[in-house]
Amino acid sequence: MTSGKGGVGKTTSSAAFATGLALRGYKTAVIDFDVGLRNLDLIMGCERRVVYDFVNVINGEANLRQALIKDKRTDNLYILPASQTRDKDALTQEGVGKVLEDLKADSFDFIICDSPAGIERGAAMAMYYADDAVIVTNPEVSSVRDSDRILGLLQSRTQKAEQGGTIREHLLITRYNPERVESGDMLGLEDVLDILAVPLIGVIPESGGVLQASNSGNPVILDTESTAGQAYDDFVRRFLGETVPHRFLEVEKKGIFKRLFGG
Amino acid sequence: MGLFDYFSKKKPKSAQLAKERLQIIIAHERVNRTGPDYLPQMRRDIMSVINKYVPIDEDQVNVQFEKGDDCDILELNISLPEQAKAVRH
Ligand SMILES: Nc1ncnc2c1ncn2[C@@H]1O[C@H](COP(=O)(O)OP(=O)(O)O)[C@@H](O)[C@H]1O
Ligand SMILES: [Mg+2]
Repeated sequence: MTSGKGGVGKTTSSAAFATGLALRGYKTAVIDFDVGLRNLDLIMGCERRVVYDFVNVINGEANLRQALIKDKRTDNLYILPASQTRDKDALTQEGVGKVLEDLKADSFDFIICDSPAGIERGAAMAMYYADDAVIVTNPEVSSVRDSDRILGLLQSRTQKAEQGGTIREHLLITRYNPERVESGDMLGLEDVLDILAVPLIGVIPESGGVLQASNSGNPVILDTESTAGQAYDDFVRRFLGETVPHRFLEVEKKGIFKRLFGG
Repeated sequence: MGLFDYFSKKKPKSAQLAKERLQIIIAHERVNRTGPDYLPQMRRDIMSVINKYVPIDEDQVNVQFEKGDDCDILELNISLPEQAKAVRH
C-alpha cells in the first residue's frame, strides 16, 4: 500500500484490506513500515498489546511469533507493528526479505505492507518485495503527481523490476467526494484514470465513518453501515477476482426541499 | 446556501485546470525518469545555448523521449516567444 504523499489513507486502507482478506478466511499479516511513526496499531486497536516490533525481529531481538499480534476480533489476522526507533536505517533489505520469507513459510496467504509517506528508505523497503502494489491516491494535484512518481519507482526499484518482471498495479482512489467532483472543484475519477493510466480497483468515498472507526480502533471495513466500509469490502472482493460494480460515485439525489434549502 | 445563491452560482471549474497542469508536469517528469540520465543536463545545456540568442523560459523547451525497437527518438520542441519573432523581422 503505497502513495508517495502522506495522509492519503494508506494506513486506513491497509487495515481495511488486511481485515477484509482475513474475514474471507485468508491468513493475513499486516506490517507497519513507518519506522518512528507507528500508527497501524492504533487503527487496528491493538496499541496496548505491542511488546516487540518489526525492527526487533530483524535484529534478532525477538522472533516473529513473539512480535506478531493476533487480532482479537478477526481470525487469521496478525499485525506486525513498526518500531518507534529514530534510526531510519533500521530496516535493511535482507532483514525485510527474511521476515517476509518467514511469514510465507508460516503459511500466510497475504502480507500487506503499509508504506510510510515519501520515497525514502521506508517506502522503498515496503515496495521492494511486492507482487502487487495498491497505489492509494486522493483526487488532488499533489497526491496524483506523487502517485506517478511512485509508479516510476515500482517499475524500476523493486525486486520484480530488477528481475525483468512487473508488479501488478492497482489504483485505489480514496476520500472521493462526488459533490465536489460534480461542482467542478475536485478531480473526477476519469481525470485521475486518464492521467495515471493504472487499472482501478476501488473508489473509497470521503466518509465520517473513517474517523469514527479510527477513534474506536476498529478497521472501517467492519462498519458495514458506512459507505467507506462498504467500498473497502467491494475493493477486497475485486482484488480477489470478483466483478463488483463501483458504488458511491454519484451525488446522492436529495429531495427538492433539501436541494433548495441546503441539506 | 440560499435560494438566490443556488440559481446564480457560477461554478469554478478548477478541477479542469488541475487536470491540465497535471498532464503537463507528469509528462515532463516521465520523460526525465524514463529517458537517459543525461537528459536533464542536456536540456539545461540546450536552454543555455538558445538563451544566448533568444530569451526563453524553461517551459518553452519541450523534450520528448521515446524508446523504439531499433532506435530511440528524442524530440525537441522549442517555442519562441512573441518578441523574439518581432526582433527577427
Ligand atoms: N475515506 C476517508 N474519509 C474520511 N477520512 C479519511 C478517509 N480515508 C482516510 N481518512 C483520514 O485521513 C487521514 C490520513 O489517513 P491515513 O490512513 O493515516 O493516511 P496515510 O497512512 O496515507 O498517512 C486520517 O485522519 C484518516 O482518518
Ligand atoms: Mg500511514
